[in-house]
Amino acid sequence: MTPNEVDYSDIQGLVRFGFGAMKEARYALLRVKDLPAARAWLRSAPITTAATMDPPPPTALQVAFTAAGLKALEVSPAAVAGFSPEYLAGMTEENRSRRLGDIGQSAPEEWEWGYGSDAMPHLIVMFFAEPGQLAPLLKNSKNSIWEEAFTEIRWLETENLDGIEPFGFADGISQPQIDWEQRRDPTRAEVDYSNLCSLGEFLLGYPNEYNKFTERPLLEPDEQSADLLGAVEAPEKKDLGRNGTYFVLRDLQQDVRAFWQFLNQQSEGDFATAEKLGASFVGRTRAGDPLARVQKSSIPGITPEEKQNQFTFEKDPGGSGCPFGAHIRRANPRNTDFPGRPAGFFARLVTRLGFGPRGFRDDLMSSVRFHRILRRGREYGPELRPEDAVALAPPNDPERGLHFICLNANISRQFEFLQNAWIVNTKFSGLTNESDPLLGTRAPLVGCPATAHFTIEAENHLRRRLSGLPQFVTVRGGAYFFLPSLRALRYFTA
Amino acid sequence: MMPQSSFMVLAAIDPNRETELRALLDSMNEAPGRVNQTNPLVPFARLEMLHFARFVILHDETIDDVKVYNLQPQTYPLYLAFLGDIDGNEKAFLRELATVAADGLRKILSCCIGFPSGSDLVRWMQEHRAPPIANYVNRPGRTVRQVHEEAALQESIVNFIKIRTPALAALSPRDLHAEIQRFVADEKLAGRLMLSPQPATPIDWQLRNLLHFVGMPALFFLASPLLILLAPLFLFRLRMLENSDPELCWRVDPSYSDGLANLEDHYVTNQFTAMGSLKPGFVRLAVVIGVLWAVNWGARHLFTRGRLARIRTIHFARWVFLDDRKRMVFFSNYDGTVESYMDDFINKTGFGLNAVFSNGIGYPRTDWLVIGGCADEQKYKDFLRRHTLPTQVWYKAYPGLTAIDLERNSRIRDGLESPSLGEKEARDWAALL
Repeated sequence: MTPNEVDYSDIQGLVRFGFGAMKEARYALLRVKDLPAARAWLRSAPITTAATMDPPPPTALQVAFTAAGLKALEVSPAAVAGFSPEYLAGMTEENRSRRLGDIGQSAPEEWEWGYGSDAMPHLIVMFFAEPGQLAPLLKNSKNSIWEEAFTEIRWLETENLDGIEPFGFADGISQPQIDWEQRRDPTRAEVDYSNLCSLGEFLLGYPNEYNKFTERPLLEPDEQSADLLGAVEAPEKKDLGRNGTYFVLRDLQQDVRAFWQFLNQQSEGDFATAEKLGASFVGRTRAGDPLARVQKSSIPGITPEEKQNQFTFEKDPGGSGCPFGAHIRRANPRNTDFPGRPAGFFARLVTRLGFGPRGFRDDLMSSVRFHRILRRGREYGPELRPEDAVALAPPNDPERGLHFICLNANISRQFEFLQNAWIVNTKFSGLTNESDPLLGTRAPLVGCPATAHFTIEAENHLRRRLSGLPQFVTVRGGAYFFLPSLRALRYFTA
Repeated sequence: MMPQSSFMVLAAIDPNRETELRALLDSMNEAPGRVNQTNPLVPFARLEMLHFARFVILHDETIDDVKVYNLQPQTYPLYLAFLGDIDGNEKAFLRELATVAADGLRKILSCCIGFPSGSDLVRWMQEHRAPPIANYVNRPGRTVRQVHEEAALQESIVNFIKIRTPALAALSPRDLHAEIQRFVADEKLAGRLMLSPQPATPIDWQLRNLLHFVGMPALFFLASPLLILLAPLFLFRLRMLENSDPELCWRVDPSYSDGLANLEDHYVTNQFTAMGSLKPGFVRLAVVIGVLWAVNWGARHLFTRGRLARIRTIHFARWVFLDDRKRMVFFSNYDGTVESYMDDFINKTGFGLNAVFSNGIGYPRTDWLVIGGCADEQKYKDFLRRHTLPTQVWYKAYPGLTAIDLERNSRIRDGLESPSLGEKEARDWAALL
């Protein structure tokens, strides 16, 4: 085995699979009550790995830890200190909340969990199962050791909506393709959009898009760390991060009724028009077809069958196909290292020196390949069809939303950048006074009192601008976790 | 056009009065990182020529880094820097400043060594000026007044559109242009909008600018035989240094980075102050001076349309040498978060970043001056955070507007002032609204 070869059986399965066939899932947010019992339970937990199995397993179990959790497990402080600053400080650090847009109704003080020491989980245990298999899995797992080991802060329930998120749009269509074989050379400038991303963007211990190794705890070899793999770039050290990654969880409550009522009211009660308007918010129709034109040639890292993902925004520089501010255009602008695809060394040099295309919107955004995330979220709450959502809410209308989960090796460069610079940014892509139509908080900023707009660009006439968008999504909880390798888990629980 | 210039007062703080000074500076803020624009000490907003300003205590945490070169750390005085970016010339501004904020400035500057109570404020500030070696202005000629007028124009057009949407939406871009021209003309007549014409460019500035434009390359050309002769030796020495210069790139203490973060992201624009010691020796000094001369020349003559190489988010930036060129400070005003700012630099203009900052002690290793360096992303970010200083007071005359907003607004105005537009021009113009 070469030093950087991937041992799938050391990686938690969630990195490689979404466990799509396991339609049922529940997540337990836990605090350690009794340390020896917690270690014992975790040691005996049958964690599902990324190795392929034939037939695939009917259930899966995954586990991830917050920084507080590692402390509760009494992992050595030196090892904990090697994790990233954003993971150690946590999602609710005050300055971070300002950057993530967790303000107003979404401020951590208002959260149901994740803020304040009692509501901060130490770990999350995720149970996935094929229909009918969840109850027995939980029964087996929640044994007497579990009872002794953990305090349950909260159970996060999930709902299988068959790939449709609560607002009623197909979701999870675009995911980065991980370069597991590590054949791609990320140091080469990217001129054409590619969906293939370096393994090190999603798993610690491997080269990332800068062809460097993301910071992580590297330990001196000793008895306790003997079982850990060596670091690829420093074989004399033991790599606690290797085959693990950061796991970002945010509870996003979606006001489905407010969403469709707003669209409906803007469309003067015509539902088809409301659906169209909703599609311009998302950048896709409800069925998932992109508003930007699908291209014939296939994009690296996207199979020809994935037709709904076979597009970039290059042919739509004016936003008349897909609005600049549409959710999918913010979340993944599908751009490259250079504007205007300069061919050849000389053209690239000219661009590098700042003499490339000079249009108002040219070269505004950072290259997307440094800011990708792997999404693994699941919905919660009963389905509410858009047609029914326009009606007034009955008493005790249940909550709906998304347990947003993403995996990334560098929280600040990937999740936080994306959330801050693209999703909540009121100045994204030359726009002003608007943030993400789905996720934005509409909170005023100093000098920018209005942020509740949405612009729909048009080709040959004036753009349309909506105002008074309500806040549709409220953050109700969240935390940064570390999803360890199986070796690291044994190290934590030894 | 009205050219922009900069000022910077640099004075050593009286150690006995540092606490008092810090309290005074804090009193100028409503909250950490959020200045009171009309605070009684220096009511910035009353200075109509002022774009950006800051007070920063240049407390260099990395002073001991020189030890890696077996040099004894120097005991430099602790400086207060007061700097800003202005329309017109420095002298006129300082006079205005002394009129508007005499008492406040005296209070602040009296915490510095050698500020006698009866002294002439303007003269004292001039005696303590610290000129930049390189300076960047996003859009030379765009005055604070113009920024405000064009922002009002944009807002007024947007409101007009909002009221008249159905009628305007039916128009072709050219007709829309004409319609909005009429509306703006009426607003101007009614005195609700003001679009001041560009003032004449001062002749002496034009001459100096031309001389600089021609003079620098001419000097370079004259010196080129010598430079070519020395180049191999120079490059050989540089490669030797690159092979041996130590990297000092570790993560800062969380309490330090939290202290910085407390002052960031309160506005769409942020301040950035970073300082450190230059690598010892003639070669490194020559490189950094040469590169910064080139940057300054480029900024003055080539990058005058809102882009510093590929970067479009910087309003004003400058590099200043301190202490006999032993140390350097970099000041910048940029849009977005520090994380996106660093990414922008790494991915868009890493070569330029390396050429300048790799002459600072501890920078991630470069090859041939421009390769590598910040391409080691995390090392570079750690390096930079170590050298970043908290900026105690920071003022921006148009807090809600990014450099891109300013460009949009200027393009809207330029389009309006063209009597008529072609089909495509009109389409591009309409897309800005």
